[in-house]
Amino acid sequence: MIDALNAGIALLVLGLAIWTIVARDTFAAIVGFVAYGLLLTLAWVALRGIDVALTEAAIGGGLTGVLLLRAAAKLRRTEAASNAERPGLPTRLAAAIVAGGVAVALAIVVLAPAGPAPTLVPEVAANIAATGVGNPITAVLLAFRAIDTLLEAIVLLFALIGVWSLAPDRVWGGRPGPRYRADPDGILAYLARLLPPIGIIVGIYIFWIGADAPGGKFQGATILAAMWLLAMMAGLADAPPVSRRRLRVALVAGPAVFIAVGAAGVATAGAFLAYPEGLAKPLILVIEWALLPSLALTLGLIMAGAPQRPEDR
Amino acid sequence: MSAALDLFTVVAVAAGAFFFLAGTVGLLRFPDVFTHLHALSKADNLGLGLVVLGLLPQANGLLAGLKLFAIWLLALLVGAVVSQLIARAARRAGPRA
Repeated sequence: MIDALNAGIALLVLGLAIWTIVARDTFAAIVGFVAYGLLLTLAWVALRGIDVALTEAAIGGGLTGVLLLRAAAKLRRTEAASNAERPGLPTRLAAAIVAGGVAVALAIVVLAPAGPAPTLVPEVAANIAATGVGNPITAVLLAFRAIDTLLEAIVLLFALIGVWSLAPDRVWGGRPGPRYRADPDGILAYLARLLPPIGIIVGIYIFWIGADAPGGKFQGATILAAMWLLAMMAGLADAPPVSRRRLRVALVAGPAVFIAVGAAGVATAGAFLAYPEGLAKPLILVIEWALLPSLALTLGLIMAGAPQRPEDR
Repeated sequence: MSAALDLFTVVAVAAGAFFFLAGTVGLLRFPDVFTHLHALSKADNLGLGLVVLGLLPQANGLLAGLKLFAIWLLALLVGAVVSQLIARAARRAGPRA
Protein backbone atom coordinates (compact mmCIF):
# COMPACT_ATOMS: atom_id res chain seq x y z
CA MET A 1 0.00 0.00 0.00
CA ILE A 2 2.71 2.45 1.06
CA ASP A 3 4.82 1.22 -1.87
CA ALA A 4 1.97 2.02 -4.26
CA LEU A 5 1.71 5.52 -2.74
CA ASN A 6 5.46 6.09 -3.07
CA ALA A 7 5.46 4.82 -6.65
CA GLY A 8 2.56 7.18 -7.38
CA ILE A 9 4.46 10.16 -5.95
CA ALA A 10 7.59 9.22 -7.92
CA LEU A 11 5.62 8.92 -11.17
CA LEU A 12 3.84 12.23 -10.57
CA VAL A 13 7.14 13.98 -9.79
CA LEU A 14 8.67 12.65 -13.01
CA GLY A 15 5.58 13.51 -15.05
CA LEU A 16 5.42 17.06 -13.68
CA ALA A 17 9.15 17.54 -14.24
CA ILE A 18 8.72 16.62 -17.90
CA TRP A 19 5.60 18.79 -18.20
CA THR A 20 7.46 21.77 -16.70
CA ILE A 21 10.20 21.43 -19.32
CA VAL A 22 7.90 20.76 -22.26
CA ALA A 23 5.26 23.45 -21.53
CA ARG A 24 5.68 26.34 -24.00
CA ASP A 25 3.71 28.83 -21.93
CA THR A 26 5.87 30.34 -19.17
CA PHE A 27 2.96 30.70 -16.74
CA ALA A 28 1.89 27.07 -17.22
CA ALA A 29 5.47 25.92 -16.70
CA ILE A 30 5.70 27.86 -13.41
CA VAL A 31 2.42 26.42 -12.14
CA GLY A 32 3.84 23.00 -12.99
CA PHE A 33 7.05 23.85 -11.14
CA VAL A 34 5.20 24.92 -7.97
CA ALA A 35 3.11 21.73 -8.00
CA TYR A 36 6.35 19.82 -8.58
CA GLY A 37 7.81 21.48 -5.46
CA LEU A 38 4.77 20.44 -3.40
CA LEU A 39 5.04 16.85 -4.65
CA LEU A 40 8.77 16.85 -3.82
CA THR A 41 7.72 17.92 -0.32
CA LEU A 42 5.57 14.77 -0.12
CA ALA A 43 8.52 12.72 -1.40
CA TRP A 44 10.76 14.14 1.36
CA VAL A 45 8.07 13.34 3.95
CA ALA A 46 7.96 9.77 2.62
CA LEU A 47 11.77 9.64 3.04
CA ARG A 48 11.35 10.98 6.62
CA GLY A 49 13.34 14.13 5.79
CA ILE A 50 10.82 16.45 7.45
CA ASP A 51 13.33 19.32 7.73
CA VAL A 52 14.05 19.14 4.01
CA ALA A 53 10.33 18.82 3.27
CA LEU A 54 9.58 22.03 5.19
CA THR A 55 12.35 23.87 3.37
CA GLU A 56 11.19 22.56 -0.01
CA ALA A 57 7.59 23.64 0.67
CA ALA A 58 8.57 27.10 1.93
CA ILE A 59 11.48 27.99 -0.35
CA GLY A 60 11.35 25.58 -3.29
CA GLY A 61 7.59 25.78 -3.85
CA GLY A 62 6.51 29.07 -2.28
CA LEU A 63 9.31 31.60 -2.49
CA THR A 64 10.81 30.45 -5.79
CA GLY A 65 7.29 30.22 -7.24
CA VAL A 66 6.61 33.88 -6.37
CA LEU A 67 9.96 34.97 -7.84
CA LEU A 68 9.30 33.06 -11.08
CA LEU A 69 5.73 34.41 -11.37
CA ARG A 70 7.05 37.97 -11.07
CA ALA A 71 9.69 37.27 -13.71
CA ALA A 72 7.01 35.74 -15.99
CA ALA A 73 4.77 38.79 -15.57
CA LYS A 74 7.66 41.01 -16.72
CA LEU A 75 8.39 38.75 -19.69
CA ARG A 76 4.78 38.51 -20.87
CA ARG A 77 5.07 41.24 -23.50
CA THR A 78 7.97 39.55 -25.26
CA GLU A 79 6.84 35.98 -24.70
CA ALA A 80 4.93 35.50 -27.96
CA ALA A 81 7.94 36.68 -29.95
CA SER A 82 10.37 34.41 -28.12
CA ASN A 83 7.97 31.45 -28.44
CA ALA A 84 7.78 32.02 -32.19
CA GLU A 85 11.54 31.57 -32.48
CA ARG A 86 12.70 28.01 -32.81
CA PRO A 87 16.39 27.22 -32.51
CA GLY A 88 17.94 25.30 -35.40
CA LEU A 89 18.23 21.52 -35.41
CA PRO A 90 21.95 21.42 -34.42
CA THR A 91 21.27 23.61 -31.35
CA ARG A 92 18.35 21.47 -30.25
CA LEU A 93 20.30 18.27 -30.87
CA ALA A 94 23.29 19.56 -28.86
CA ALA A 95 20.99 20.64 -26.00
CA ALA A 96 19.30 17.23 -25.97
CA ILE A 97 22.66 15.40 -25.95
CA VAL A 98 24.13 17.54 -23.16
CA ALA A 99 20.99 17.35 -20.98
CA GLY A 100 20.55 13.63 -21.62
CA GLY A 101 24.25 13.03 -20.88
CA VAL A 102 24.03 14.85 -17.54
CA ALA A 103 20.89 12.86 -16.62
CA VAL A 104 22.51 9.53 -17.55
CA ALA A 105 25.74 10.38 -15.68
CA LEU A 106 23.76 11.36 -12.57
CA ALA A 107 21.66 8.19 -12.81
CA ILE A 108 24.83 6.05 -13.05
CA VAL A 109 26.41 7.78 -10.04
CA VAL A 110 23.26 7.53 -7.90
CA LEU A 111 22.12 4.05 -8.91
CA ALA A 112 25.53 2.31 -9.08
CA PRO A 113 25.72 -0.28 -6.27
CA ALA A 114 28.95 1.01 -4.72
CA GLY A 115 28.38 -0.28 -1.20
CA PRO A 116 27.03 1.84 1.66
CA ALA A 117 27.57 5.56 1.15
CA PRO A 118 30.11 7.20 3.48
CA THR A 119 28.26 8.66 6.43
CA LEU A 120 28.98 10.91 9.39
CA VAL A 121 25.71 10.03 11.14
CA PRO A 122 27.33 8.00 13.99
CA GLU A 123 29.69 10.89 14.77
CA VAL A 124 26.82 13.40 14.82
CA ALA A 125 24.87 11.07 17.12
CA ALA A 126 27.90 10.69 19.41
CA ASN A 127 28.60 14.42 19.69
CA ILE A 128 25.13 15.97 19.61
CA ALA A 129 24.93 16.14 23.41
CA ALA A 130 27.80 18.66 23.43
CA THR A 131 25.69 21.15 21.45
CA GLY A 132 22.68 21.03 23.77
CA VAL A 133 20.37 20.89 20.70
CA GLY A 134 17.89 18.03 20.25
CA ASN A 135 17.35 18.16 16.48
CA PRO A 136 20.38 16.62 14.69
CA ILE A 137 19.72 18.76 11.58
CA THR A 138 19.99 21.94 13.63
CA ALA A 139 23.12 20.59 15.34
CA VAL A 140 24.73 20.00 11.93
CA LEU A 141 23.62 23.38 10.54
CA LEU A 142 24.69 25.50 13.51
CA ALA A 143 27.47 23.57 15.25
CA PHE A 144 29.19 20.98 13.07
CA ARG A 145 28.80 22.82 9.76
CA ALA A 146 28.06 26.35 10.94
CA ILE A 147 30.25 27.82 8.19
CA ASP A 148 27.79 26.52 5.54
CA THR A 149 24.87 28.23 7.26
CA LEU A 150 26.83 31.47 7.62
CA LEU A 151 27.66 31.43 3.91
CA GLU A 152 24.00 30.68 3.04
CA ALA A 153 22.83 33.71 4.99
CA ILE A 154 25.44 35.86 3.24
CA VAL A 155 24.54 34.45 -0.19
CA LEU A 156 20.96 35.63 0.40
CA LEU A 157 22.29 39.15 1.03
CA PHE A 158 24.19 38.97 -2.26
CA ALA A 159 21.00 37.81 -3.98
CA LEU A 160 19.20 40.86 -2.57
CA ILE A 161 21.99 43.15 -3.83
CA GLY A 162 21.60 41.46 -7.22
CA VAL A 163 17.84 42.15 -7.22
CA TRP A 164 18.36 45.79 -6.18
CA SER A 165 21.00 46.31 -8.86
CA LEU A 166 18.28 45.78 -11.51
CA ALA A 167 16.82 49.18 -10.54
CA PRO A 168 17.10 51.99 -13.10
CA ASP A 169 19.36 54.88 -12.02
CA ARG A 170 16.58 57.40 -11.46
CA VAL A 171 14.83 55.28 -8.79
CA TRP A 172 17.97 53.93 -7.12
CA GLY A 173 17.40 53.91 -3.38
CA GLY A 174 13.62 54.10 -3.87
CA ARG A 175 10.88 51.69 -2.89
CA PRO A 176 10.65 48.16 -4.37
CA GLY A 177 7.68 47.07 -6.45
CA PRO A 178 4.57 49.03 -7.38
CA ARG A 179 2.45 50.79 -4.75
CA TYR A 180 -0.33 48.28 -4.31
CA ARG A 181 -3.79 49.75 -3.97
CA ALA A 182 -6.50 47.36 -2.89
CA ASP A 183 -10.00 48.13 -1.67
CA PRO A 184 -9.46 48.81 2.07
CA ASP A 185 -12.76 47.06 2.83
CA GLY A 186 -12.13 44.32 0.26
CA ILE A 187 -11.47 40.66 0.77
CA LEU A 188 -7.69 40.92 0.24
CA ALA A 189 -7.33 43.60 2.91
CA TYR A 190 -9.50 41.44 5.18
CA LEU A 191 -7.18 38.46 4.69
CA ALA A 192 -4.13 40.68 5.17
CA ARG A 193 -5.51 41.70 8.57
CA LEU A 194 -6.65 38.25 9.66
CA LEU A 195 -3.79 36.01 8.51
CA PRO A 196 -0.57 37.77 9.67
CA PRO A 197 -1.20 37.32 13.43
CA ILE A 198 -1.61 33.58 12.80
CA GLY A 199 1.27 33.45 10.31
CA ILE A 200 3.65 35.30 12.64
CA ILE A 201 2.92 32.84 15.45
CA VAL A 202 3.33 29.85 13.12
CA GLY A 203 6.59 31.31 11.71
CA ILE A 204 8.09 31.90 15.16
CA TYR A 205 6.85 28.47 16.33
CA ILE A 206 8.55 26.73 13.40
CA PHE A 207 11.71 28.72 14.13
CA TRP A 208 11.61 27.94 17.87
CA ILE A 209 10.75 24.23 17.55
CA GLY A 210 13.79 23.87 15.23
CA ALA A 211 16.02 23.24 18.24
CA ASP A 212 14.36 19.91 19.01
CA ALA A 213 12.14 19.00 16.07
CA PRO A 214 11.93 19.70 12.33
CA GLY A 215 11.85 23.44 11.69
CA GLY A 216 14.29 26.30 11.71
CA LYS A 217 15.02 29.89 10.88
CA PHE A 218 14.90 29.65 7.07
CA GLN A 219 11.43 28.07 7.07
CA GLY A 220 10.18 30.41 9.82
CA ALA A 221 11.65 33.48 8.07
CA THR A 222 9.95 32.51 4.79
CA ILE A 223 6.55 32.46 6.53
CA LEU A 224 7.23 35.84 8.18
CA ALA A 225 8.33 37.28 4.83
CA ALA A 226 5.16 35.94 3.18
CA MET A 227 3.02 37.68 5.81
CA TRP A 228 4.88 40.95 5.16
CA LEU A 229 4.37 40.53 1.42
CA LEU A 230 0.65 39.88 1.96
CA ALA A 231 0.32 43.14 3.91
CA MET A 232 2.22 44.96 1.13
CA MET A 233 0.04 43.51 -1.66
CA ALA A 234 -3.15 44.43 0.21
CA GLY A 235 -1.90 48.03 0.39
CA LEU A 236 -1.77 47.95 4.21
CA ALA A 237 2.02 48.36 4.38
CA ASP A 238 4.49 49.90 1.97
CA ALA A 239 7.90 48.53 1.10
CA PRO A 240 10.65 50.61 2.72
CA PRO A 241 13.03 52.61 0.50
CA VAL A 242 16.14 50.49 0.05
CA SER A 243 18.41 53.45 0.83
CA ARG A 244 17.16 53.66 4.43
CA ARG A 245 20.06 53.11 6.81
CA ARG A 246 18.03 51.37 9.52
CA LEU A 247 16.84 48.81 6.99
CA ARG A 248 20.36 48.08 5.81
CA VAL A 249 21.62 47.71 9.38
CA ALA A 250 18.77 45.26 10.09
CA LEU A 251 19.63 43.30 6.95
CA VAL A 252 23.30 42.78 7.89
CA ALA A 253 22.75 42.47 11.66
CA GLY A 254 22.09 38.71 11.60
CA PRO A 255 25.13 37.67 9.56
CA ALA A 256 27.23 40.24 11.49
CA VAL A 257 26.29 38.66 14.84
CA PHE A 258 27.05 35.23 13.34
CA ILE A 259 30.51 36.41 12.23
CA ALA A 260 31.14 38.08 15.60
CA VAL A 261 30.29 34.88 17.49
CA GLY A 262 32.51 32.97 15.07
CA ALA A 263 35.39 35.38 15.55
CA ALA A 264 34.98 35.20 19.33
CA GLY A 265 35.40 31.44 18.96
CA VAL A 266 38.98 32.02 17.74
CA ALA A 267 39.85 33.58 21.09
CA THR A 268 37.78 31.39 23.41
CA ALA A 269 37.70 27.97 21.76
CA GLY A 270 40.62 28.00 19.37
CA ALA A 271 38.86 28.03 16.00
CA PHE A 272 36.55 30.21 13.90
CA LEU A 273 32.92 29.31 14.68
CA ALA A 274 33.95 26.99 17.53
CA TYR A 275 31.87 27.36 20.70
CA PRO A 276 33.44 27.28 24.18
CA GLU A 277 32.59 24.25 26.33
CA GLY A 278 29.05 24.46 27.76
CA LEU A 279 28.15 27.65 25.89
CA ALA A 280 27.13 26.00 22.60
CA LYS A 281 23.36 26.11 23.16
CA PRO A 282 23.16 29.76 24.31
CA LEU A 283 25.44 30.90 21.47
CA ILE A 284 23.39 28.95 18.91
CA LEU A 285 20.27 30.66 20.28
CA VAL A 286 21.92 34.10 19.98
CA ILE A 287 22.81 33.37 16.34
CA GLU A 288 19.35 32.02 15.53
CA TRP A 289 17.53 34.97 17.11
CA ALA A 290 19.81 37.42 15.32
CA LEU A 291 19.42 35.68 11.96
CA LEU A 292 15.61 35.33 11.99
CA PRO A 293 14.67 39.02 11.50
CA SER A 294 17.47 39.61 9.00
CA LEU A 295 16.47 36.55 6.98
CA ALA A 296 12.76 37.49 7.05
CA LEU A 297 13.61 41.02 5.82
CA THR A 298 15.99 39.71 3.16
CA LEU A 299 13.53 37.13 1.81
CA GLY A 300 10.65 39.63 1.86
CA LEU A 301 12.67 42.24 -0.04
CA ILE A 302 13.90 39.65 -2.57
CA MET A 303 10.25 38.81 -3.28
CA ALA A 304 9.27 42.52 -3.37
CA GLY A 305 11.74 43.00 -6.23
CA ALA A 306 13.92 45.83 -7.52
CA PRO A 307 13.25 49.47 -6.58
CA GLN A 308 10.68 50.87 -9.04
CA ARG A 309 9.66 54.27 -7.73
CA PRO A 310 11.14 57.17 -5.74
CA GLU A 311 10.76 57.28 -1.98
CA ASP A 312 7.80 59.68 -1.89
CA ARG A 313 5.42 57.81 -4.20
CA MET B 1 -14.13 0.69 20.20
CA SER B 2 -10.91 1.22 18.31
CA ALA B 3 -12.22 -0.89 15.42
CA ALA B 4 -15.28 1.37 15.24
CA LEU B 5 -13.05 4.46 15.25
CA ASP B 6 -10.87 2.95 12.52
CA LEU B 7 -13.96 2.22 10.45
CA PHE B 8 -15.12 5.82 10.97
CA THR B 9 -11.70 7.04 9.76
CA VAL B 10 -11.83 4.88 6.63
CA VAL B 11 -15.37 5.97 5.77
CA ALA B 12 -14.77 9.70 6.39
CA VAL B 13 -11.42 9.84 4.56
CA ALA B 14 -12.88 7.88 1.65
CA ALA B 15 -15.80 10.31 1.50
CA GLY B 16 -13.29 13.19 1.54
CA ALA B 17 -11.32 11.58 -1.27
CA PHE B 18 -14.57 11.25 -3.23
CA PHE B 19 -15.12 15.02 -2.98
CA PHE B 20 -11.57 15.66 -4.19
CA LEU B 21 -12.20 13.33 -7.12
CA ALA B 22 -15.52 15.04 -7.90
CA GLY B 23 -13.84 18.46 -7.65
CA THR B 24 -11.11 17.37 -10.08
CA VAL B 25 -13.67 16.00 -12.53
CA GLY B 26 -15.55 19.30 -12.26
CA LEU B 27 -12.36 21.28 -12.90
CA LEU B 28 -11.76 19.27 -16.07
CA ARG B 29 -15.36 19.14 -17.35
CA PHE B 30 -16.98 22.46 -16.40
CA PRO B 31 -16.92 25.22 -19.02
CA ASP B 32 -15.59 28.42 -17.36
CA VAL B 33 -13.63 29.93 -14.47
CA PHE B 34 -16.63 30.40 -12.18
CA THR B 35 -17.85 26.82 -12.42
CA HIS B 36 -14.24 25.62 -12.03
CA LEU B 37 -14.06 27.57 -8.77
CA HIS B 38 -17.39 26.12 -7.70
CA ALA B 39 -16.06 22.58 -8.24
CA LEU B 40 -12.71 23.23 -6.54
CA SER B 41 -14.17 24.91 -3.47
CA LYS B 42 -16.27 21.80 -2.83
CA ALA B 43 -13.12 19.69 -2.89
CA ASP B 44 -11.28 22.09 -0.56
CA ASN B 45 -14.05 22.72 1.93
CA LEU B 46 -15.91 19.43 2.17
CA GLY B 47 -13.17 17.06 0.99
CA LEU B 48 -10.51 18.41 3.34
CA GLY B 49 -13.09 18.77 6.11
CA LEU B 50 -14.06 15.11 5.85
CA VAL B 51 -10.41 14.01 5.69
CA VAL B 52 -9.65 16.04 8.84
CA LEU B 53 -12.76 14.69 10.55
CA GLY B 54 -11.70 11.16 9.69
CA LEU B 55 -8.16 11.72 10.99
CA LEU B 56 -9.32 13.20 14.32
CA PRO B 57 -9.77 9.80 16.07
CA GLN B 58 -6.23 8.87 14.97
CA ALA B 59 -4.74 12.14 16.25
CA ASN B 60 -2.13 11.91 18.94
CA GLY B 61 -3.92 13.74 21.77
CA LEU B 62 -6.13 16.81 21.95
CA LEU B 63 -3.45 19.26 20.79
CA ALA B 64 -2.76 17.33 17.59
CA GLY B 65 -6.49 17.19 16.91
CA LEU B 66 -6.78 20.95 17.40
CA LYS B 67 -3.88 21.46 14.99
CA LEU B 68 -5.64 19.37 12.34
CA PHE B 69 -8.80 21.40 12.87
CA ALA B 70 -6.84 24.67 12.62
CA ILE B 71 -5.35 23.50 9.31
CA TRP B 72 -8.86 22.94 7.97
CA LEU B 73 -9.99 26.40 9.15
CA LEU B 74 -6.97 28.04 7.49
CA ALA B 75 -7.62 26.15 4.25
CA LEU B 76 -11.26 27.32 4.37
CA LEU B 77 -10.24 30.93 4.90
CA VAL B 78 -7.58 31.02 2.20
CA GLY B 79 -9.68 28.97 -0.23
CA ALA B 80 -12.62 31.38 0.10
CA VAL B 81 -10.41 34.47 -0.33
CA VAL B 82 -8.47 33.10 -3.30
CA SER B 83 -11.71 32.00 -5.01
CA GLN B 84 -13.07 35.55 -4.61
CA LEU B 85 -9.88 37.11 -5.99
CA ILE B 86 -9.72 34.77 -9.00
CA ALA B 87 -13.43 35.26 -9.72
CA ARG B 88 -13.08 39.05 -9.55
CA ALA B 89 -10.05 39.01 -11.83
CA ALA B 90 -11.95 36.75 -14.26
CA ARG B 91 -14.99 39.05 -14.25
CA ARG B 92 -12.82 42.10 -14.97
CA ALA B 93 -11.01 40.31 -17.78
CA GLY B 94 -14.37 39.42 -19.33
CA PRO B 95 -15.26 36.17 -21.09
CA ARG B 96 -12.27 34.59 -22.75
CA ALA B 97 -12.29 33.12 -26.19
